Amino acid sequence: MDIKIRQLEHRYQMNTPFERLALCDINIDIHEGTYLAVIGHTGSGKSTILQHLNGLLLPTKGSIQLGDRLIKAGEKQKNLKSVRKKVGIVFQFPEHQLFEETVEKDIAFGPMNFGASFEEAKKKVKEVLPLVGLGEEILHQSPFELSGGQMRRVAIAGVLAMEPEVLVLDEPTAGLDPKGRNEIMELFYRLHKEKKLTTILVTHSMEDAAKYADEIAVLHQGELKMKGSPKEIFRLTRELEQLGLDLPESIKFVMKLEEKFSLTVEDKPLTLEETADFIEALLKEGVVYDR
Amino acid sequence: MERSIIQVQHVTYRYNKESEKPALTDVSFDVYEGEWLAIVGHNGSGKSTLARMLNGLLLPDEGTVTVSGITLSEKTIWDIRKRIGMVFQNPDNQFVGATVRDDVAFGMENIGIPREEMVKRIEWATKIVKMNEFLEREPHHLSGGQKQRVAIAGVLAVQPSIIVLDEATSMLDPIGRREVIETIWSLKEKGLVTVISITHDLEEAAKADRMIVMNGGKKFAEGTPKEVFRLEEELVSIGLDLPFSYKLSKRLLEKGVPLATRHLNVESLVDELWTLKSDN
Repeated sequence: MDIKIRQLEHRYQMNTPFERLALCDINIDIHEGTYLAVIGHTGSGKSTILQHLNGLLLPTKGSIQLGDRLIKAGEKQKNLKSVRKKVGIVFQFPEHQLFEETVEKDIAFGPMNFGASFEEAKKKVKEVLPLVGLGEEILHQSPFELSGGQMRRVAIAGVLAMEPEVLVLDEPTAGLDPKGRNEIMELFYRLHKEKKLTTILVTHSMEDAAKYADEIAVLHQGELKMKGSPKEIFRLTRELEQLGLDLPESIKFVMKLEEKFSLTVEDKPLTLEETADFIEALLKEGVVYDR
Repeated sequence: MERSIIQVQHVTYRYNKESEKPALTDVSFDVYEGEWLAIVGHNGSGKSTLARMLNGLLLPDEGTVTVSGITLSEKTIWDIRKRIGMVFQNPDNQFVGATVRDDVAFGMENIGIPREEMVKRIEWATKIVKMNEFLEREPHHLSGGQKQRVAIAGVLAVQPSIIVLDEATSMLDPIGRREVIETIWSLKEKGLVTVISITHDLEEAAKADRMIVMNGGKKFAEGTPKEVFRLEEELVSIGLDLPFSYKLSKRLLEKGVPLATRHLNVESLVDELWTLKSDN
């Protein structure tokens, strides 16, 4: 399912003294199967955009096309449920939303909400558990007895059980340790590939954006400032810094090298491996040159 | 950094007194005056429990915690809390005042500081964290980094000799994170505080004077960052990562680049590469 965002504007608390423009004239095309990272700092409008992707917020101007469904500002929206079934959102700290008595019931809640019987839902639960790396032995435990990392996996399983075509992730690794972070990010990448999902990741981590995304959209004060491949975006180091954004470690490292060696590197490496190759070549070449 | 200011001795703690596996098992270490001590470990390793042990939010089942010569107990909690300021993960959960000024005043009101002194200290503390222009603002309308700096001002105003950061930067964006760390770093450099930072950020931990690594409720390692990161794969196997410059040094050594050491910060690695290049 392709997503087309056109001249999207969102004002909070319209026609009140508290009215606030959160998004302004946003145009983004997200093709089916794309892994899009949305970056920008707190208050840039990332979360506001995300909530438009399944109709939790409606545009105050412009439109958003989700597959064959058009959500247009000013039009009455009926049956947003069908949209919500296709677009699964994993919110920040999703484990805060667990509420059922058992893990099984919690994961089954979504499918049942969309009309599945408990028996059907239970089947779904068994399908999604291994996807998030959990075993069936926890099905009858209370989700609140699990560790933080396990709780988060249960919450993610609950979203996956609805079999969404689009997976929207709002800082899914916030608060996790490096190992947990890596496991969760690899899990989403595997699902993205295996289930041919469209994935939209809202993140502060430039490393993750550089590593996983096909495309990156940069938001600033409610406007779309840049969009392109990681290579294209991370070439704009000065512009990103002006927006108060961080850069991947490899790029920060090469910038320090540029300074010390007085050279200019157009295509900076995005991963550790590329950086190591780059340094090896630099040392072998004997002369420092401007590329 | 010779004088020990906190002694944690053989501390064991269980959240659920009937459960078998303690959250902390026989943990002992010292904190030295004026140092920056980073405590790292995976989720559930016991590092936040340890932080709560230091100012009596939790009391040990076994063992003792001594702060500036006072042994922690229900009777001494308030004496100790004057000496230890805590900054927690989520700034939104820490605000009580309607304005920045009220909020910074709260901790001082609690320990009965006279009004005149309070006014002075609010000025002083908010200046240090560069929030003195925001005194009449509502805390909820500030950015994450600003909120955390206000929280720090509130802690500073009480003039504790020790500050504990419990993942205080983990919910901030990179700029906010830098603001907070640099603020506290400058206080430490001025000799005003001893800092204990519980963190997932290994780049930050690499800059500390010393590190403690927690794993499964036990102390796994203790030493300077250089000593600790030498454990390499052992750290990775318990859920931690290594700083970028360390991983890069390692990869370069594998490729046959003759580095003299594995660097913990980017600057020293770049310097050594420059030397290698010049000798070429």
